[in-house]
Amino acid sequence: MPGEHVLAMRNITKTFPGVQALSHVDFTLRSGEIHALMGENGAGKSTLIKVLTGVEEFESGEITLLGEKGEIINHSPQEAQARGISTVYQEVNLCPNLSVAENLFIGREPRRAGMIDWKTMNRKAKELLKGLKIEIDVTKAIENYSIALQQMIAIARAVDMSAKVLILDEPTSSLDDSEVEKLFKLMKRLKSEGVGIIFVTHFLEQVYEVCDRITVLRNGCLVGEYETEKLPRVQLVAKMMGKDFDDLASIKKEKEEGKVREDIVIDAHGIGHQGSIKPYDLKIHKGEVVGLTGLLGSGRSELARSLYGADKPDSGELKVNGTHVTVNKPLDAMMAGMAYLPENRKEEGIVADLSVRDNLILALQAKRGMFHLIGKKEQEELAEEYVKILQIKTASLDTPIKSLSGGNQQKVILGRWLLTNPEFLILDEPTRGIDVGTKTEIQKLVVKLAEEGKSVMFISSEVEEMLRTCTRMAVLRDGEKVGELEEHELDQNQIMKAIAGGGADE
Amino acid sequence: MKKMGKIDGKVFLLIITIVLFLAMYLAGVIIFNSKGFAKPQVFLNLFISNAGLIVIAAGMTMVMITGGIDISVGSVVALTCMMLAWMMEVKGVGAVPALIIVLIMGLVFGLVQGFLIAYLKLQPFIVTLAGMFFARGMTAIISQEMISVKNELFLQWAKSKINLTFLGGTINKKGVVNYPFIYPSVIIALIVLVLVFVLLKYTKFGRTVYAVGGSEQSALMMGLNVRRTKLYVYVINGFLCSLGGFLFCLNTCAGFVEQAKGFEMEAIASAVIGGTLLTGGVGNVFGSLFGVLIKGTIETFITFQGTLSSWWTKITIAALLAFFIILQSLFAKAKEKR
Amino acid sequence: MNKFMGYYKKLTGARLFLPLFCLVLVLLSNLIKTPGFFEVTIKNGVLYGYIIDVINRASDLVILAVGMTLVVAASGGTDISVGAVMSVAGAVCCFILAGGQQSVNAFQNPYLLGVLAAVIAGILCGCFNGFLVAKMKIQPMVATLILFTAGRGIAQLITKGQITYIRVESYKMLGSSIPGIPIPTPVFVALIVVILTYVLLKKTTLGLYIQTVGINPKASRLMGINSPMIIFLSYVFCGLCAGISGLVASSRIYSADANNIGLNLELDAILAVALGGNSLGGGKFSLLGSVIGAYTIQALSTTLYAMGVSPDQIPVYKAAVVVVIVALQSTELKRIVKRLQTERAAGKKVA
Repeated sequence: MPGEHVLAMRNITKTFPGVQALSHVDFTLRSGEIHALMGENGAGKSTLIKVLTGVEEFESGEITLLGEKGEIINHSPQEAQARGISTVYQEVNLCPNLSVAENLFIGREPRRAGMIDWKTMNRKAKELLKGLKIEIDVTKAIENYSIALQQMIAIARAVDMSAKVLILDEPTSSLDDSEVEKLFKLMKRLKSEGVGIIFVTHFLEQVYEVCDRITVLRNGCLVGEYETEKLPRVQLVAKMMGKDFDDLASIKKEKEEGKVREDIVIDAHGIGHQGSIKPYDLKIHKGEVVGLTGLLGSGRSELARSLYGADKPDSGELKVNGTHVTVNKPLDAMMAGMAYLPENRKEEGIVADLSVRDNLILALQAKRGMFHLIGKKEQEELAEEYVKILQIKTASLDTPIKSLSGGNQQKVILGRWLLTNPEFLILDEPTRGIDVGTKTEIQKLVVKLAEEGKSVMFISSEVEEMLRTCTRMAVLRDGEKVGELEEHELDQNQIMKAIAGGGADE
Repeated sequence: MKKMGKIDGKVFLLIITIVLFLAMYLAGVIIFNSKGFAKPQVFLNLFISNAGLIVIAAGMTMVMITGGIDISVGSVVALTCMMLAWMMEVKGVGAVPALIIVLIMGLVFGLVQGFLIAYLKLQPFIVTLAGMFFARGMTAIISQEMISVKNELFLQWAKSKINLTFLGGTINKKGVVNYPFIYPSVIIALIVLVLVFVLLKYTKFGRTVYAVGGSEQSALMMGLNVRRTKLYVYVINGFLCSLGGFLFCLNTCAGFVEQAKGFEMEAIASAVIGGTLLTGGVGNVFGSLFGVLIKGTIETFITFQGTLSSWWTKITIAALLAFFIILQSLFAKAKEKR
Repeated sequence: MNKFMGYYKKLTGARLFLPLFCLVLVLLSNLIKTPGFFEVTIKNGVLYGYIIDVINRASDLVILAVGMTLVVAASGGTDISVGAVMSVAGAVCCFILAGGQQSVNAFQNPYLLGVLAAVIAGILCGCFNGFLVAKMKIQPMVATLILFTAGRGIAQLITKGQITYIRVESYKMLGSSIPGIPIPTPVFVALIVVILTYVLLKKTTLGLYIQTVGINPKASRLMGINSPMIIFLSYVFCGLCAGISGLVASSRIYSADANNIGLNLELDAILAVALGGNSLGGGKFSLLGSVIGAYTIQALSTTLYAMGVSPDQIPVYKAAVVVVIVALQSTELKRIVKRLQTERAAGKKVA
């Protein structure tokens, strides 16, 4: 039963320095519907929501809201809230030091004679949560409760603010099945009360369970709006991943590999990290490019991190070239011949204020040790060499890396690791957010490295790219490695099915 | 409010503090019984000599709950005392107008610091560092000589004893009955303490103070006005500093440049010992009161002992501070693991 | 001509241009009020004059600023205990040289033993601070608050609350001058500390690591750099600098005055770092900048002093300098200014 339009966003455009985050995006929400907002990392989902809730400003476009005259622009979350747009974020936005009741009512506490009426507040909090079948001590600080419960409380708060529009930004990632069930019941109830709900999630099953409509974004552009019933799951994945299903099927593999691989470089057994990746086994041979595939949040990066010691694994054992290795911290992994290009270039990759040269030699320097400074001349030579090899465009070696373009920054970090002459490289989204030309260069480089006998773990949200580079793939779903695809199985159909998981064949 | 089922970290820290105070005081009573440590007046003196600090520690607690800090308080106290003394003795201003002027000075001082911290987002430490320089230097600009207060009304405020007859009196050799007494400064300090407690516990503003300290980001997302709250906190703190300075002046009846040096550290230490988390979000003015009392007890110990030197106060407080800071850090680590 | 413009641009664009400019500005301001500021005479075989005074008096601060720079760069926080640590170092040295007595006319123990003990005392204090910050993850300001509070107490404990005098000519040399050399000794000490630190930072990885850790601790870890260790070392080094500075300060007054050695110097040291163009948020730093900052502060103090401002009143001017510097560094201020500009532009459009 589609209601009237409660929210309409038209032609929304937003640019971050160097990136077009949103380009002429339309989005329509009807009252009494649950509308899924889907897309891979960097598709622009969160930016769209931030623009709507006033966390970010947008350049052009218009937003209209039922009951408000003309266009509206929210300058802050407060303003959005005052207009009836409530948001629950993936990271719980509650104050850990305050009690449950306070978190529910802060800013609108019941008062008596000007003073906060704690008794009434606690009673109301209790009643509110009872409606959600949550019975806890509302006077205790919220940090004493699990993340899942905190998430439910955040939702309860948003709902109780009597919203016209309720935005749930990946609220289920920390909930278990029964909690998700509770949440869905609540969502359905709100829907029947006429609230429009925007639901952002990466769990396909949940989308098909509760959502009426799906809007898909990719690379900051609108792919389309669909009715859930009319969009099969495999097609949804294809739309998110960048190729129309039919197109993808028609592309042939460009590479031919027939060698039987014998030398096992990495042999992981039962390695896991509580809360992020369940124990997995993985063997990687010499000269192989292993792709990790799965949707956002499926545990791709987490698997890589646990292997490299970025998150200290709490189970399992690792053999590198047949010898036992204990990896407690990244340096251990580096010493064993590993290299890791992190997913988040800005926060974990570049050292922004330092020069290109310093950024290039840092990892090698760390490997050599604190008291063996690489001489100025050697630094210069090494840096120049790799600037040339990787065709890094920089004014000089002394230019701070932050003034380089994203693609060139990524090349510097690649160069940083190549300098350490690793046997095994982990590349987590090496091509994200960089221009097409550099993208191809990096893909070629990966293939070349493999030909030279190095092993590579390649993580990407783009299936096409993975098909070009990978010789084998591991499939992840919900923080678990669920299977592997051998070389002959590598085609779009198989991958999409594997990613989509159960129900893909329907 | 219902009693908490389980004791969590912050309550635990507060209990440690109270127990520590009681144990220390009891130890004093046992060790120095012959010297009269058990007399009610000894206990009341803790309040009399620390009335100013109690008020300032209350303000400091509030600032620290937001996750900030104010190291200018000692200098502001000195400036307050100097202004009071200078206005009354040199300029002949009456005690009441002088008091009103210094209170306004405190408000303005807090307003400027608060603006720089809340709206320009400068580090509280650096801003109040400048405030500390400024207030101390201004004190010297007013007068580099010590000025004693001789204003009659002011001295009357300072020295009018309030006898607490219900505590029972003692008769001295001349046959005069001496009751345990306090000065008006103690009453003001305790009223301020209660007011700040109510402000923090029962008003929207007070709860926002806690929310800001717990998570500034979340507070913003929940639609609270973080900047204004921070500004008000520093304004109130500025006011309390000048009020505390006034109470301090009632004890010393003088103004001089070197006055109240290190006061900021005593206030911070009192708050920390009283269970205020340095990372913000947790704190209680009554805890800070116990922090002040512990400091006072250590000083009383040293006075009664007679041979120990005054620097032992500093060392003991620093040791306590180290103990509580490390305890806090351990609690934080345990919480992360959970 | 073009070449000249290029040089000019390079000069004004250089990192140290602004700190140097401030220093020159402060010094030149004397030409108006105190024309005799730059006069140098020789008294008793030692150079004498305001300008010499600036260079001489700044030495303690220069040494402190060197250590403080590393702490700020690595941890994005400040060590507020350095003044108190100076006092501890001075007390330890005098205690050993006086053999526990109040006032002596001859060393009771070898001079070097006293110096060594003082330096070790500084290093130990640095270890304590470093442990709390790097290992226990306590905010730097709070962690160093402990020694800030206790330091002078400990120093008084060592000197038994008295001022211990070492009335030996050779003890005074460190703080005054060595016969036959016209330049005051502290100048050399500061110079040696700066040069050695500079070499240490350039010849080992320490300088690079400190910046890396300060800018991006997450990336540092992924690159195999032991961030806590680097932070710890920076605090130890800062303690060492405070120890040396304490020795100089104690030698100036040939005594250990627990209450006054290094008083308020921690604040000047932090200010010197900021004045040197270094961000107090950590990261990239310039050692030379901090050194220039230290000289600027002393120049400011001496200038005001020469103008007849009493030492007690100088903090008012320092406060103004602090606020202006940090406000200029504030990104929020830039944002507000930018927003006001765009709003004004938008306002015009509407009108």
